[in-house]
Amino acid sequence: MAIEEEDVRKIAKLARLDLGPEEIKLFQSQLVKILDSMAELSALDTDKVPPTNSVLGAVNRLREDEPKPFGEPERLLDNAPEREGPYFKVPKVIE
Amino acid sequence: MKQYEMVVGLEVHVQLGTKTKLFCSCPTGAFGAVANTHVCPVCTGQPGVLPVLNRAAVELAFRAALSLECELAEVSIFARKNYFYPDLPKAYQISQYEQPFATRGRLEFALKDGSSKSVGIHRIHMEEDAGKLLHAIGSEELDHSLVDFNRGGTPLIEIVSEPEIRGSEEAYAYLNALKAVLQFAGVSRCDMEKGEMRCDANISVREKGETRFGVRSEIKNLNSFKNVRDALEFEFRRQVEAVEAGQRLIQETRLWDAARQATFSMRSKEEAHDYRYFPDPDLLPLAAEAEWISRVKSGLPEGPVARRSRLIKDFRLSSYDCEVLTSDRALADYFEAAAASSGAESAKTLANLMTTELLGRINAERVEIADVPIAAPHLGRLAALVDKGVLSSKLAKDVFAKMWETRRAAEDLVAELGLSQVSDEGQVKLWVEEAIKANARAAEDVKAGKDRAIGAIVGAVMKLSKGKANPALVNRLIKEALGC
Ligand SMILES: [Zn+2]
Repeated sequence: MAIEEEDVRKIAKLARLDLGPEEIKLFQSQLVKILDSMAELSALDTDKVPPTNSVLGAVNRLREDEPKPFGEPERLLDNAPEREGPYFKVPKVIE
Repeated sequence: MKQYEMVVGLEVHVQLGTKTKLFCSCPTGAFGAVANTHVCPVCTGQPGVLPVLNRAAVELAFRAALSLECELAEVSIFARKNYFYPDLPKAYQISQYEQPFATRGRLEFALKDGSSKSVGIHRIHMEEDAGKLLHAIGSEELDHSLVDFNRGGTPLIEIVSEPEIRGSEEAYAYLNALKAVLQFAGVSRCDMEKGEMRCDANISVREKGETRFGVRSEIKNLNSFKNVRDALEFEFRRQVEAVEAGQRLIQETRLWDAARQATFSMRSKEEAHDYRYFPDPDLLPLAAEAEWISRVKSGLPEGPVARRSRLIKDFRLSSYDCEVLTSDRALADYFEAAAASSGAESAKTLANLMTTELLGRINAERVEIADVPIAAPHLGRLAALVDKGVLSSKLAKDVFAKMWETRRAAEDLVAELGLSQVSDEGQVKLWVEEAIKANARAAEDVKAGKDRAIGAIVGAVMKLSKGKANPALVNRLIKEALGC
């Protein structure tokens, strides 16, 4: 299975990882191995096997629509790297 | 010149009218509240939390699907849509991708020319809303951005139409019909100003008769139905001009700028569209069990089309009146509450008062039906007073204005202001005689067969009676006095 350096760079960018040239080479060779071993599974005939979306076998775990305010928003704000008044503060993002 | 047609598909996000968020028990409806007061560890994406699905949100989503004649998937799956943006604390949005809960529905609606149009619904899926970003406080631009997660996690459905809409007016009519269906089903209030209904439009052009699709653009930032109509008109002209000039269109996302009445390319967003969806392991599949669906179905309120037919039948109203009254569920409910006290025999008068006076006032003062100062039964009794001959329709307008200002009942105001119509023959006769004397010329004209001259005499009687003379009686007595 071919994975180019370009693919690794794209995957890294999507995951917000900043990889150096050495790391790109390293992960490229690792990803090739991972995909090769996944490719073995492709040999199986899965045409009649439904996709596995959940392994628990249960469905419909629901809650009732009753408001229960958390009540301690301050604790959440204090967990953030930066806050300003009642807001979470982040680097400038342009729409 | 070649003839072109517009091909449009609409993606509409609608906020489900639940009390709590989609996956946590935080209250919704935080519009205008202090930032980050309707938040908890789940909807701010703290480590180790687990989402639990809201039953009411699912049932409202099912209602929407049933009202739009969709097929409900036996099993649907929640998926993670991965992207980094500060309004998304988990760095993924929980949505549905490969197995949405509803597909293949349709919406039928009337067009201006009276014909009817049916547009297919491609799919409906459930998802959570993102938070809100603030880049400026008032007019002051910030050198950083601020995040408010009050809206984050609010339950939404996205309704994706087939590309079967063929013009901006059709798009406008589709959106109005969709809004009415969702409001009547109790799915959402669809208040666009509060962002409870949002629309993106996909548009391409092609030569008439061509069956293949052209290259489409997706237009965002359409926060009113009027914006949708204007943006589609602009984009149609832009694409046709480009095609005529031999340019190649590119598939892109464009932003509508209402102030400049134009769309602009937003290339920056293009390469980010790699969402790497996968089933969310934190959530179990959702099964639309038959017994559950039939319970939701039986609880489904009457839709706008059924409501319209019933109003026509029960109250003998024109189809135009019923079209107006059922354009909004709150308006239809108001009408029926008012009609319960006016009696069915005064329904026509009531409908007139509503389509002229009430809607006029509502539009002029931009109030919601829920905030109208006149209680529905009060308006019903005003209509009854007109039909009983106590008030002329002109006086009814004056009383309506007073009711709006004072919130009081029609009967009280009529009594207090001495407004009731005078139907006493003796009194009206005196006014008529005086009016004829003062308008001898008009009286001669009426006698000579010029019927329209009677207006001057009626006007004089109304002036003498301060508008209170019963108009039908005035007309009859004038004709009698002039021997015609
Ligand atoms: Zn929450």
